[in-house]
Amino acid sequence: MKTKIEAKNIDVFYGDFQALRNINMQFEENAVTALIGPSGCGKSTYLRLFNRMNDYIDSFKMNGEIVIDGKNIYEKDVLVDDLRKGIGMVFQKPNPFPKSIFENVSYGLKIQGIKDKDFLNKRVKKALEQSALWDEVKNDLDKSALALSGGQQQRLCIARTLAVEPKILLMDEPTSALDPIATAKVEELIHQLKEEYTIIIVTHNMQQASRISDFTAFFYMGDLIEYDKTDTIFTKPKNERTQNYITGRFG
Amino acid sequence: MTNSSKNRIKDRIFNFIGIFATLIGIIILGFFIGSILYDGLTRIDWDFLNSLPSRKAEKAGILTAWSGSLWIVIFTFLVVVPLGIAAGIYLEEYGNKSKLSSLLEVNISNLAGVPSVIYGLLGLEIFVRLMNLGSSILAGSFTLALLVLPIIIVATREALKAVPPSIRAASYGLGATKWQTVWYQVLPASFGGILTGVILAISRAVGETAPLIVIGALAYVPFTPSSPMDEFTVLPIQIFNWISRPQHEFTINAAAAIIILLIITFIMNGIAVYFRNKWQKKINW
Repeated sequence: MKTKIEAKNIDVFYGDFQALRNINMQFEENAVTALIGPSGCGKSTYLRLFNRMNDYIDSFKMNGEIVIDGKNIYEKDVLVDDLRKGIGMVFQKPNPFPKSIFENVSYGLKIQGIKDKDFLNKRVKKALEQSALWDEVKNDLDKSALALSGGQQQRLCIARTLAVEPKILLMDEPTSALDPIATAKVEELIHQLKEEYTIIIVTHNMQQASRISDFTAFFYMGDLIEYDKTDTIFTKPKNERTQNYITGRFG
Repeated sequence: MTNSSKNRIKDRIFNFIGIFATLIGIIILGFFIGSILYDGLTRIDWDFLNSLPSRKAEKAGILTAWSGSLWIVIFTFLVVVPLGIAAGIYLEEYGNKSKLSSLLEVNISNLAGVPSVIYGLLGLEIFVRLMNLGSSILAGSFTLALLVLPIIIVATREALKAVPPSIRAASYGLGATKWQTVWYQVLPASFGGILTGVILAISRAVGETAPLIVIGALAYVPFTPSSPMDEFTVLPIQIFNWISRPQHEFTINAAAAIIILLIITFIMNGIAVYFRNKWQKKINW
């Protein structure tokens, strides 16, 4: 197995508040890593470090390095918009653009300057197929994305991310706003995607973490408490707090 | 009397006060419009719209006035729309929360409250004298552009603020630059609100009189403007001029011109409302 992403000595502050404390972690390529922990433990902040989405928060400050493919992405010469073209993100709530389905999926390619209609059509079709939405929307590509159901919207957002063919997929509680059927579809999708993608997913749902992930990291109050193979975390956790959390005794 | 029946009476009293407060403005406006229509409606005909000003009331028309207004509106629009939208975008999307931008913000809110005659003086000094534009359409348009600039900036900012942050996050997440995010996502989604602000600003500019008088717009211009450097008059100045004459016939002319001005303003406001509703329906977050 090959290390795709490495976090070295990460400290994150919002003003005076320290949100993450000395985090060191390695993420394997083509694996699903779940980040779990109670609300406010810093897992979403952590996830957003990998595509520098925290940069827009005024009080945000970080020490340490995030190394992706051997390169620290917080170095000064890194172009953030180019970096993000290789790292897709799916958000907690579906956030389609108020445009047509086609425009939503092709947006990432459009901003890269791609205008070739055939190429766009092909990529849009492929991305929608990957996200298991093609059959439902193939005749409605010109319809507004806002007319889709919540679960369809989230799969559209995943398709939108896949269309630019990133190498890494960051997912911030992607199923928290979805019903069980839609959730199952998205989980199935994650399962298939890890063939080609390195996936990091934040989730509040223990069963989900155990179902879909290869590795699990447990965060508590800004500290990484335990990080191991998912099987190990859920069957023989070494730390008592991990044990308490996954068995539902707190959090 | 019990406490609850006292409260009920208070409730009813306030109800009446509320109705009175709501209706009084409408009634006065209705009375005003009624009397204007009674005085001026019969005076409006093709000749009135198409005649130059004259010393004889029955021959005088508003050709120079409405064409002057048209020139002024077009040039004000051309100047103020790019400036106002760009400033609004900067303040909302680019300006970080520095001291400078909060200073700018306070100033823009203050600018919106400056009396229009002060803008006239500013325009007189800068555009008419320093920039040597004279009492031209260009000087008038620049002055009015300054006057309505805060309206467009504020409307633009409000419209941009109404776009959910999740849309921006989605766009950035795909690798879009700030400008791409603004241009492809934020601006189209806030277009209705911005357009409404633009139309309201322009309809304010149509009705302004004081700053244009200060920069030297004339009531009597015996020709229609043919270039932005020409002298001009506008409808409100023409109205003001006619009303200040002693002869009753000119008062009737003024009433007729007021009807035309009101129609223009109502149409513009109507368009603003139409676009606002249309865009709100289209985008339902």
